[in-house]
Amino acid sequence: MESTIIKSRGFNASFGANHVVKNVNIDIPRNHIIAVMGPSGCGKTTYLRCINRMHELIPGATSSGEMLLNEEDVYKMHPIFVRLKIGMVFQRPNPFPNLSIYDNVIAGYKLNGIKLAKAERDRIVEHSLTRVALWNEVKDSLTKKGSFLSGGQQQRLCIARAVAMEPEVILFDEPTSALDPISTSTVEELFHELKANYTLIVVTHNMQQAARVSDKTAFFYLGELVEYDETKIMFTNPKDNRTQNYITGRFS
Amino acid sequence: MITRSEVPLRVITSSPEAILKAKKRTRLSFRQIRTENVFNKSLMIMGLIMIVLVLGILLTLVIQSLPSIKALGPKYLWSKVWDPVQDVYGAWPFLLGTLMTSFLALIISIPFSISIAIFLGEYHPQGWLPNFLKNAVELIAAVPSVIYGFWGLAVLVPQVRKLESLLGVEPMGVGVFSASLILAIMVIPYAASLGRSMINMVPSHLKEAAYGLGATRWEVIRSVVLPYTKSGLFAGILLSLGRALGETMAVTMVIGNSSLIPKNIFAPGNTMASVIANEFTEADKPVYLSALIELGLVLFLVTVVINMIGKRVIDRFTND
Amino acid sequence: MQLESVKYRLGKSRGFQVLIYILAFACVVPLLYILGFIIQAGITKINWHFLINIPKPVGESGGGIANAIVGSILIIAVASAIAIPIGIMAGIYLSENRKSRLAYWVRLSTDILQGVPSIVIGIIAYFWLVKPLRGFSALSGSVALAIMMLPIIVRSTEETLKLLPDSLKEAALALGMPFHRVIFKVIVPVGIGGILSGVMLSIARITGETAPLLFTAFGNPYLSVNLTKPMQSLPLLIFNYATSPYTDWLNLAWGASLILLVWVLFLNIFTKILTRKWKVQL
Repeated sequence: MESTIIKSRGFNASFGANHVVKNVNIDIPRNHIIAVMGPSGCGKTTYLRCINRMHELIPGATSSGEMLLNEEDVYKMHPIFVRLKIGMVFQRPNPFPNLSIYDNVIAGYKLNGIKLAKAERDRIVEHSLTRVALWNEVKDSLTKKGSFLSGGQQQRLCIARAVAMEPEVILFDEPTSALDPISTSTVEELFHELKANYTLIVVTHNMQQAARVSDKTAFFYLGELVEYDETKIMFTNPKDNRTQNYITGRFS
Repeated sequence: MITRSEVPLRVITSSPEAILKAKKRTRLSFRQIRTENVFNKSLMIMGLIMIVLVLGILLTLVIQSLPSIKALGPKYLWSKVWDPVQDVYGAWPFLLGTLMTSFLALIISIPFSISIAIFLGEYHPQGWLPNFLKNAVELIAAVPSVIYGFWGLAVLVPQVRKLESLLGVEPMGVGVFSASLILAIMVIPYAASLGRSMINMVPSHLKEAAYGLGATRWEVIRSVVLPYTKSGLFAGILLSLGRALGETMAVTMVIGNSSLIPKNIFAPGNTMASVIANEFTEADKPVYLSALIELGLVLFLVTVVINMIGKRVIDRFTND
Repeated sequence: MQLESVKYRLGKSRGFQVLIYILAFACVVPLLYILGFIIQAGITKINWHFLINIPKPVGESGGGIANAIVGSILIIAVASAIAIPIGIMAGIYLSENRKSRLAYWVRLSTDILQGVPSIVIGIIAYFWLVKPLRGFSALSGSVALAIMMLPIIVRSTEETLKLLPDSLKEAALALGMPFHRVIFKVIVPVGIGGILSGVMLSIARITGETAPLLFTAFGNPYLSVNLTKPMQSLPLLIFNYATSPYTDWLNLAWGASLILLVWVLFLNIFTKILTRKWKVQL
């Protein structure tokens, strides 16, 4: 297996006439945590949503260029296949309100009509919930609906739901911006453990978070990928002026 | 050989079982994609059905009216004599009957509708009393029209007959007046509910400005609320009118079913809808049937236009 | 001088308030009167025989409205079976395609259809079904009623689904779900309250309709379950017997009126409870 799992070459994305992602070239290495940061409106979330082809769901949204997963262009496959390999966790926790916690974790199988043996289902649920450090907290309430869970627990449930699909990459769209500080740090701790089995790409508007959790960081500004480097270097010795200004808080 | 794009799940071990499972999963996804395409097309077809229905209705009405349009020409609409036995067809009695009943019904019902709208929208938006009134008004709209007609026939008509003998008019009981009365009751809820929601939308800062200048409750209503909701109330009245024009059963049962032009409001008559209901199954000649259908076409066009104008007015009002 | 003018204005305001209150509540009077009259006229006519038997020929007393009750249920059931799937799918289509050109015309057609007088729909069903199949039939009546139900179901489905948060759909799609599964396994179950309320509302609306059935289902003095033949329904029976001169038939009509009234009111109240329970916007 090559060490680069996702490559973008000349990638652009627009909303109608509004060109929001401009000519992005990036190599994302396997089993790393990549933070994508930048001020509001810089295109980071749009770029993320292009990776698993969620961007095109918006009427009028277009994209061009190459987005390669394991050397295959994601835009030449059917989106369903892409999303089976690249999972996503959203900004607001969104477990399915009409399903129990158990069913939420295996939603990717159950709602797709995939019949698994009970033993297999139980294994996946326990395994996924353990991976997100939620198993002990909910193992006695698996059949209840998740509405009693806290925001942080709900978000971890959503991560478990994504993990249960055994994707290669998991995309995180500002996953802790709606959570309290304690839940935030619980989720951030998860990233380190998940790294062993998945590649994580985390969009964040909180650069301290980017500095804390990631191996490499990409800095977007006004739609362009301005700088992309190892996190340590990025934050101590950035090469671009704009990165320098962002990090020192000249604009946010 | 499975190319990577066909393997949806990560094959963590490349054991034969794992690869078999992955192949099965791939086949499932392809099946799903095919079903998804069919589903999306079906959705569009269901949407198209709505368009097809409307066009079909228009087309059918036009085609079935053609014999009468060709034979009678446009003067059908203002010819005054309807005598199918003699093969004479004139729509004017029914156009007149429709206009008379609908407008009379509107005139009677508007004060009540507007009062309900003002009461619920302005004086008393919350509470058990307005809830009671709101439910009662919705109930008026829910009662089937044939029941209104039956009650009208059994109760209202004899009363009107008494009134008519008092007035020295021929005491038939049935007639344009009775039909207008029943229609007025039936039509109250439409202008009332639309009017209420329009009046509710008046921004309070406008009213407060008036109160701040020392206006009384009524003056605020008259000079701020009503002018502001003028177009909305107008749309509500149009809605009631559209409903009145198309109402068939209650009208048929109390209007007297006469094809002569009503001399006054106490005379019997017919509306476009009621004459169709009465004579459709008896129309034995093609031109006879076609003449009735032509009335249906006119009714269709008029109600559609009125409803569309009403909707346009509401849209413009709510988007301002 | 100033004080008197203010007193006058306040008096006028109070006077108009009283007038509005009176006019507003005056409408309840005829309603209560009508309801009371129907109840009083009909309640004595209803008994077990009334519900089980079909009408007797003129001159014989007794008889009932069984054929009308069964007929109404059948016609409405078939109409629902036609209108519900089409209506919900069209509603889903509209909620998923807010801005497309086609969706605009679909929405416009739905609005137009809602305003078409029921007698015109009866005419249409006559030419589409009765004439080609050479005879009145319950099926043609059901089709006419289904056409009337469609706009209500389409609009309420669209409005319900529009209110659901996008995050629900996104979560499902991100798991690699095909669109039809997203709709049927995620969106519809969460929005089922509003969709059901719209369906109930449309049924309540057509239960009392007579005009579309006049030249389609046409009526039948006998109890029939044959959809390809004429069938009786409650509103039709009431219309035919109420306008007849026979006392027996008038009695049947009164009893039938009460049954129909209770049925329609029950449906409306039930719909209201559903709407309030699921807090939906119709």
